[in-house]
Amino acid sequence: MRVPLKWLADYVPVTLPPKELAHRLTMAGLEVEHIHQIGGGWDEALITVGEVLAVEPHPNADRLRLATVRYGDAEPLTVVCGAPNVAPGQKIAFARAGAELIDGHSGEPAVLKPAKIRGVESTGMVCSERELGLSEEHEGILVLPDSAPVGEPLARYLGDAVLDIDVTPNRPDCLSVLGIAREVAALTGHSVHELEHTYEESDEPALSKAAVEIADADLCFRYVAAVIEGVKLGPSPQWMQERLLAAGMRPINNIVDITNYVMLEIGQPLHAFDFDKLRGHTVIVRRARAGEKMTTLDGVERALTADTLMICDAEAPVAVAGVMGGLESEVTDATTNILLESATFLAPNVRRTSQRLKARSEASSRFEKGLSPELALVGAMRAAKLLVEVAGGTALHGLIDVYPNPAPELHIELTRKRLEQVLGIDLPTSQVRSALTSLGFGCRWQPPDRYNVRVPYWRTDARMQDDLTEEVGRIIGYDQIPTKGLSGEVPSAVPQPRRELRERLRDAFAAAGMQEVITYSLTTLDLLKHVMPPEDLATYPPLKVVNPLNADREYLRPTLKASVLNVLGANIRLREGEVALFEVARVYLPNGNELPQEQEHVVGVVAGRREDRWGHTGDEPADFYDAKGYVEAALRQIGIEAAFNDATEFAFVPGRTAEVIVDGRRAGTIGQVHPSVAAAFDIDQEVYLFELVVDELLASVPTIRPYEPASRFPPAEEDLALLVDPDLQADRVRALIEEHKLVRRARVFDVYEGDRIPAGKKSLAFSVTYQAPDRTLTDEEVAKARQSILERLKREAGAELRT
Amino acid sequence: MATEAIDLGALASDAREELAAIADEAALEAWRVAYLGRKGRLTLVLRGLSELPVEERRRLGGEANQLKEGLEAALEERRAELSEQRLAATVETGRLDVTLPGRPKRIGRLHPVTQTMREILGIFVSMGFSVAEGPEVETDYYNFEALLLSKDHSARDMQDTLYVDIQKDGEYPMLMRTHTSPNQVRFMEQHQPPIRVAVPGKCYRNEATDPTHEWMLTQVELLAVDDGISMADLKGTLFEFAKRMFGQERRTRFRCDYFPYVEPGVDMAIDCFICGGSGCRTCHQEGWIEIMGAGMVHPKILSDMGYDADRYTGFAAGMGVERICLLRHGIEDIRNFYANDLRFLEQF
Repeated sequence: MRVPLKWLADYVPVTLPPKELAHRLTMAGLEVEHIHQIGGGWDEALITVGEVLAVEPHPNADRLRLATVRYGDAEPLTVVCGAPNVAPGQKIAFARAGAELIDGHSGEPAVLKPAKIRGVESTGMVCSERELGLSEEHEGILVLPDSAPVGEPLARYLGDAVLDIDVTPNRPDCLSVLGIAREVAALTGHSVHELEHTYEESDEPALSKAAVEIADADLCFRYVAAVIEGVKLGPSPQWMQERLLAAGMRPINNIVDITNYVMLEIGQPLHAFDFDKLRGHTVIVRRARAGEKMTTLDGVERALTADTLMICDAEAPVAVAGVMGGLESEVTDATTNILLESATFLAPNVRRTSQRLKARSEASSRFEKGLSPELALVGAMRAAKLLVEVAGGTALHGLIDVYPNPAPELHIELTRKRLEQVLGIDLPTSQVRSALTSLGFGCRWQPPDRYNVRVPYWRTDARMQDDLTEEVGRIIGYDQIPTKGLSGEVPSAVPQPRRELRERLRDAFAAAGMQEVITYSLTTLDLLKHVMPPEDLATYPPLKVVNPLNADREYLRPTLKASVLNVLGANIRLREGEVALFEVARVYLPNGNELPQEQEHVVGVVAGRREDRWGHTGDEPADFYDAKGYVEAALRQIGIEAAFNDATEFAFVPGRTAEVIVDGRRAGTIGQVHPSVAAAFDIDQEVYLFELVVDELLASVPTIRPYEPASRFPPAEEDLALLVDPDLQADRVRALIEEHKLVRRARVFDVYEGDRIPAGKKSLAFSVTYQAPDRTLTDEEVAKARQSILERLKREAGAELRT
Repeated sequence: MATEAIDLGALASDAREELAAIADEAALEAWRVAYLGRKGRLTLVLRGLSELPVEERRRLGGEANQLKEGLEAALEERRAELSEQRLAATVETGRLDVTLPGRPKRIGRLHPVTQTMREILGIFVSMGFSVAEGPEVETDYYNFEALLLSKDHSARDMQDTLYVDIQKDGEYPMLMRTHTSPNQVRFMEQHQPPIRVAVPGKCYRNEATDPTHEWMLTQVELLAVDDGISMADLKGTLFEFAKRMFGQERRTRFRCDYFPYVEPGVDMAIDCFICGGSGCRTCHQEGWIEIMGAGMVHPKILSDMGYDADRYTGFAAGMGVERICLLRHGIEDIRNFYANDLRFLEQF
């Protein structure tokens, strides 16, 4: 809502500087986003009110003329003027050379320079609205009212400050200058000048010429109509045009301007019908009938649904109630008689209709917030008065007022206890009363403990005690409220194992040396296709949003793989060394018509080349075992040991992929991303990726780790080099060795294939630690254990001791 | 053996001369063997004493034993000297350039939003708040209806919503939650007052992005419901938070604002921690920076939960984690967070 201060001053004394006023309004909930200075850049000496004394043809150009302008006590100046509407006697805005204006053609700021135009020297200019920065109007010059004082700086005459206020949706009353005036009055200790509604009427009763009927009273609470005859259609007066422009609306003609002016002034949207085009001179407010159609003001033919409320004449719809007028009954140059509508409609219905028709307007945005039926009457009187006084019409006697179920005045009991309970401060009666009455509420103290509060009609948002509490709080100012720490019982903490595990995983992966990334939850099908098998996409198509603002965020991701690879792709080219990234986030698994299952996943990627002691990139690329190392380190930190089994998985390289098994459950996947998939993410090197499902780890997290005392007896260590089939996995051998009761631990430390061993074999070297909890092992015991292990390895794994 | 042959004076001076010339541990050991060893010169003298006459034995024995102690002491002294010389030599040859970089260890970092989120939650947990998380894909009911934002409420325009493409009765009942408030409702459904809970998580808005708006954002919301909770408690709680997050000297300010689910509703601002309130770029010359929306929980929501709304009151507050992080680090564009450029992320 744009509120010009000169207009505001009609209803309340504006005694504070604009900045201070803006601050007080903002603190009270009416946030002033911007103060726009009209004429802020107008030089007081160089841009003044002028008077056109004479207009002569330009000697060398048909379309140009020479205007002689008086602009003060100095000698009048003759300047070249191209505007078609310049005429002697006009008061105009006159700028002399050196003034800063807007260039009429480019729209850029420019300094006016003396120029010879078609041979005639010109050192000044009669300005258009566009040149002054008032509007885009550049067809003709700005013509000021006759009363404008010649020589007065234009900034003083026409300049103003306009507050641009972000009105919250609960305050439709503040979508008006009068509504803001009421707030200003309460915040500055002034009172509001109420409007005066008397105007002249003819003897002929309006009811004798027109009829109004509300057929659907559930959607239309009140319909007030005024009939004004003999209006003279034309431009509205300058003052009205200026105010509309300052408030951000374009003047159209006096009839439309009056309806807009009253809407901006008091907040009631209005509509003017050409009375003679209303068949039967009748207005019927009813729901649309099946198959009905109507062409709205914007020329669009609208098919109407049964819950669309229509304003109809005796035969057919003529307007969509509260949203848009119809083309047929529009006020035109030929219009002389007017039926003015000022009505109240059910807010949600207007909202639905305007959304469905995609026809949000200043009017519908007010109606949809809920207006008072009382306001409809005020609006009709105010507009009728202006139509008579400004548009030269004659008002028929009386307003036609159909108001089937008048709403009673609302009274709310506000207890002193509730005020204190919510605000945390016991306020003196006088302070509460003065806060409420300053806003127009009636407030009577009812001893011993409560106030009876009458809600003024325009405050449709105040419906219960706490609404009044807020009024009191914001008027006295929240700085008056004391500051206390929370006291009272501290509720016992709610356990959150999943969150705790997830956060520990984050820490563990970061501690292992990986960088955390966070990516968008929505992605594209194209990206998902690279990492998900087509049959999965076909069987469980990922959820998508109906109304993506952008095609990059259409699908709810069922995997993080694509997102993290995407980040890797974007960063890998800027990097020399190893890049290791991970993300912990939710994926969304479709679940029929129910909310999707949201699973927490960890996805990590590793690529690039390892770095040496100097941080130089060497030739060794990071590989599977780097990725696995991160997983093992992180899981170990949590207290989880994982096993890794061969697996085949979409988007991974066969033979270089494993499933991650925790306590017999598959908890994830790790492996080399298929080069063709990597290439799709703009990665031209080996990438290893792992994915873990947090929920699958949850059951394996040790709550309290088991403790085992360190053996007091020294361990015996020895190395065993074994020759095995190349396909035999090291972990199988390790498990076999560790199964011996005297072996505490076996660790592989070398793998060799080459010409120093028989062809078709590989060598696995293990470091074996023997230890007993209750004695020092003798050499003989160790030798016996080794013998038994070697026999078992030979029997079950075909392994021979390498000699 | 002639007694004249035993010349302790010559032995002593030989021994001391040789000892002084010794430069390493091996020579030191050889010297010890030569004089004090089992067949060393002095040992032999001592061993030969028994063959001497009593007078002689007494005189010479005393001197020889004295000499033995003297040489042993000299040996230890020389050994200590040598060890010190060796160390001194090591210091010279083994000097390190302490300015060379350490062996690189990989450093992983948490995303700045994660770090900020943890700090925020840490503060509230220390005030007795639990943490509860809820679904990111929500029903229209929890995201809007239960928070008094009915379908036709014009305040729905305040949050542009992404709807999930599943239709029921011609409507889209599922959406990407626009705030974490639905989880306050879920929490209240499952718990009775007293309640103190922080609800963190990702939220989504169908908005075009710019330097201060991102379509995916992370919120932390607070909810406290109990007998006797007022705006004074809200002020105290948020004030304490602001001080811990932005510095002990912070001042705070409440201004009236509107959210359908609270009454009264406010916006909390802190005085600018860059300029202290005099006006700068960070605070857009205002001196104050709004960081949170808050208010007293609408009594209808409490009674819808089955609570006695005459007895229990509550406050709610919510903030954007990215905004807090952005303010604290002076980040000029919120879109940096999810662009995931490592040159950005590695600074935190």
